[in-house]
Formats: sequence, structure tokens, C-alpha cells
Amino acid sequence: MITLELIYVLMGLLLTAVAIINVRDDQNPRRFVNAAFWGIYATTFLVGSYLPDFVSGSLVIVMVLVASIGKLGQGVTATTTREERMASARRWGGRLFIPVLIVPIGTFLASTFLKTAMINGAPLIETKQITVISLGLSTVIALAVGMFMLRPPAMAPLQEARRLMDSVGWAAVLPQSLAALGAVFAAAGVGQVIAKLAADYLPLGTPLAAVAAYAVGMAMFTIIMGNAFAAFPVMTAGIGLPLVVQQFGGDVVIVSAIGMLSGFCGTLMTPMAANFNIVPAALLELKDKYAVIKVQIPTGVLLLAANITLMYLFAFSRA
Amino acid sequence: MLTLIGILIVVVGFALRLNPLLVVTVAGIATGLVSGRGPVEVVSLFGKAFIESRYVAIVWLVLPVIGMLERAGLKERAHETIGKIQAATAGRVLLAYLAIRQATAAMGLISLGGHAQMVRPLVAPMAEGAAEHANGPITDDTRAVIRANAAAVDNIGVFFGEDIFIAIGSILLIKGFLEQNGLTVEPAELARWAIPTAICAFLVHGVRLMLLDKRLKREAVANRPNAPDNAAVQP
Repeated sequence: MITLELIYVLMGLLLTAVAIINVRDDQNPRRFVNAAFWGIYATTFLVGSYLPDFVSGSLVIVMVLVASIGKLGQGVTATTTREERMASARRWGGRLFIPVLIVPIGTFLASTFLKTAMINGAPLIETKQITVISLGLSTVIALAVGMFMLRPPAMAPLQEARRLMDSVGWAAVLPQSLAALGAVFAAAGVGQVIAKLAADYLPLGTPLAAVAAYAVGMAMFTIIMGNAFAAFPVMTAGIGLPLVVQQFGGDVVIVSAIGMLSGFCGTLMTPMAANFNIVPAALLELKDKYAVIKVQIPTGVLLLAANITLMYLFAFSRA
Repeated sequence: MLTLIGILIVVVGFALRLNPLLVVTVAGIATGLVSGRGPVEVVSLFGKAFIESRYVAIVWLVLPVIGMLERAGLKERAHETIGKIQAATAGRVLLAYLAIRQATAAMGLISLGGHAQMVRPLVAPMAEGAAEHANGPITDDTRAVIRANAAAVDNIGVFFGEDIFIAIGSILLIKGFLEQNGLTVEPAELARWAIPTAICAFLVHGVRLMLLDKRLKREAVANRPNAPDNAAVQP
């Protein structure tokens, strides 16, 4: 059976290679800092499932200190020149897109059609997290196809991965740290405190005010938590259900569906949703790590206004 | 109220532009400590959640593939391909991707996209290429604006498309939460009420992409070395 654990080991091996290439790169003055950072991260994938929670937590803290106090550097990768790439692009043409497209299409096909595949009476793929496993498998197939087609030097994919990982840097780890922060917030009851504050201090006397408070509350709480899924139960239990639905008679389907989408407007506007907003800025090598958020804010604000309007117009009119 | 110290740390930390990784970790530990847990328990809680959310990082497995193809001229090829389409501009390329991303997400195909899988190797180079073909060479600042817009389109498309699909996580979360509160709703009904917002998202962001094209054109004219405006300043 292909398990999530197998994909984690694969990820651990990739990160180990990134660490080793860094440590051997004597042109990067920060090579040991980079190697330590990626090495610890690799450890959390290779053996993370077997480590006691306290050890994992301590590793994460060391990794954070390495990245924030040690500062990651960027090495030099022996890559192709622009002329070589232009020539190669002309030679391979549209076929260069094949391995790229294998990844999303393979992920879709594997997660849809291999869900029920059995081998020797056991499922072929662990059904929990099947999309993640399918993504991992598709990248392996895409890599194999690309290697077979282009025949680059054997180490080239890992060298290039090192270049890209280093340019992403600490942002690669941020989504997981934020998930951990979310878990601590949930355990400490941060959401309940905020929902109570909102219910106590916001003016909620009319249907429009209640709708606006619920939608804006969803967006604000998502901005704080970085995740509309964390905001939804708290705000809907605090304002959506008791006020908009029960007190003013709003339709529960419309209120909750548009409430969730109001949370998504918040996701567009917060660095706390790092995998959507900060990671791509790093991945696209943008100097301003907030550049993606800045583009998204006007759309987020306008759509929040649209959501309030839609909820107000439709939630109370349906018989 | 002390429970909210983590939020304060995050807001101040991000505002001061400290390393977000450090800010988030400190906020987590501080919140855990003020909630009456011991240091060992807080670090354990943090570690457990970090390990359990490793699945979000699996997307990085795509980097060796992307790197290998970039080495072989993938971006150059994407650039050239879009150049063959006369009507292509950065805004129109991104508008087309927005439509595709929303439509496929609405059918549940959210894995047909993503910043590492699609935006970096294909969408961003195509948008940059289209801008260059339409307006001539672009500056690094303009390139950054186009890339940020490419990343934003991927997010907006998937966020305001996926809820139209009945079996997506957020729809199931809503259904589960309402059930706990004694209310039974149909996922198909919830999904139907995601459609008006999806249409608004396409219209709002589509107009903004058309405005982006205007802005890029204006910037290109202003940056041209022998533009009449610049020449006029010279004595």
C-alpha cells in the first residue's frame, strides 16, 4: 500500500539532498546555516511520525531560531545560460509542457480513479489524504518522464531544487508553523474570547447590522487566524445562528454559505494565510513578501461588500 | 483577555516586519503559557500540530521537476508560445486563467492549479511574455507586479470556485457544524448559494485585470527612453 508516510520519506530525502548540496557549496558563506535549517526540516519528515511531541516541538524551535537569528543565505547553482535555454526551448518546443502538466492531471486522475483500487486485498493508496499522496506520486512520474526526455546531468533536478528551495527559504515552513499556532489558539480558547467580544460590543440591533457584523466578523477572524475554517464555527455560533438566523429569521443555508465565503475574503488579505499569500511571493522571487496580498486587498474588500449585500438581499426574502 | 496576547504579538511582529516564522512561534508559545499550560506541554502541543500538518509541504516535491524544466527552457518556451497569440496581454492571459481555475474548481478539480505547479512554470511566464509582446521590454518592478497578479488569480479562482462543488471541505464543514447544532441542510443547496459570490468574484477581479492592462500600457509608455514626455524635459 502506498501510504502518506512514504510520501513524507520522499520529502525528507529531497530536503536531505538540499541540505547536503548546501553544505558542500563553499561559495555560500551561510552554507552551514542553510544546511542546518533544511537538515532539521528533513528530520521532521523522515522520522517525525515516531518522535515524541516534545522533541518535535524542540526541533521546530531550533529550526526557527536558525532561520531568524542565523539568516539563510543563497548559494550559486551551476545552471544553464539564457542562450542554452533559448536553444533548448526551440529544440523541445511544446513537449516541455508535458512533465508540467503530468503533475496536476496525474494528481486529479490518481485521486479520482485509484481511490478504490485494491492490491492483494488491501487498498493501493491510503485513502486518507489521497490528494496529497496522488500529488507526491505524480511528481515522481513527472520527474521520471522529464529525465527520460531531456536527459540532463543526473544531479540537475536536485541542484535546481536546492536553488528553488533556498529562494523560498523560511517561507516554506511558515504554513506549518501557522497550523501549529492555530492549534495553540484553539486549545487556549482564543476564538471564544473574540466571538464574545464581537457579540458584546458590535451594534446588532437590525438585520442589516447583524448581517454586516457576521460577514465582517468572519473576514476579520479569518485575517487573525489565517483560516476561514477556524473562523466559521466560532463566528457562526456567536453571531450567525443566534442573531441572523434565529432572531431575524435569516435562511440558514444562505447565511452559512455566504458567511464562509466572507471568510475567504479575509483569507485574501492576511499574511497568516501563508501558503496562499506569502509562499507564492517567495516562490515567484518577489522582493516584497506582501506583494500578493496588496494585489488581493481591493478584490477582498469589494467581494466582502458584495457578500453582505447578497446575504441581506436573499437571506430574508426566501419563504 | 490575556488569552489574546498571541494576536497582539502577531500584529505587532508583522507590522515591524520581523521574521514571520519567529513571530508566529513566539505568539504560539506565549498564548500557550498564559493559558496556564507548562512549557513542556506548550512545546509538545506546538510540535504535534507542526508534524500533523506536514501534508501542506508536499507541494515542494514538484520543485525538482520545475527546476529541471526551467533549466531546459520552460519559461522561455511559455514566453514564446504566448507571443504567437496576437491579442494576448497580461490581463487577458490572467483573465483566461481565472475563468479556467474557477470553472475547474467548481467541478471539484482543485488540484488543477497551484502556485508551484502552474503559476511559477506557466501562468506567470505567459503573462510576462504577453506584456512584453504587447508593450515592449518591461522593468523588474513591472515584472513583479505581473507575477503578484498571477499568484492572486490562482487564489481568487480557487477560493470562489471550489464552494460550488458539493463535496469540497468547506461545504462539508458547514454541513457538519450545522448538524451539531440540530440543523440539517443539503450540500447541494449550500453549493448553489456559492454561485452569486463566484459571479461577483469573476466580474470584480476581471475588471481589475483589465485595469491592470491599462496600467501596464501607461507604465510602458512612461518608461520608453525616447518618449515625447521625457524628451520635452530636456533643455
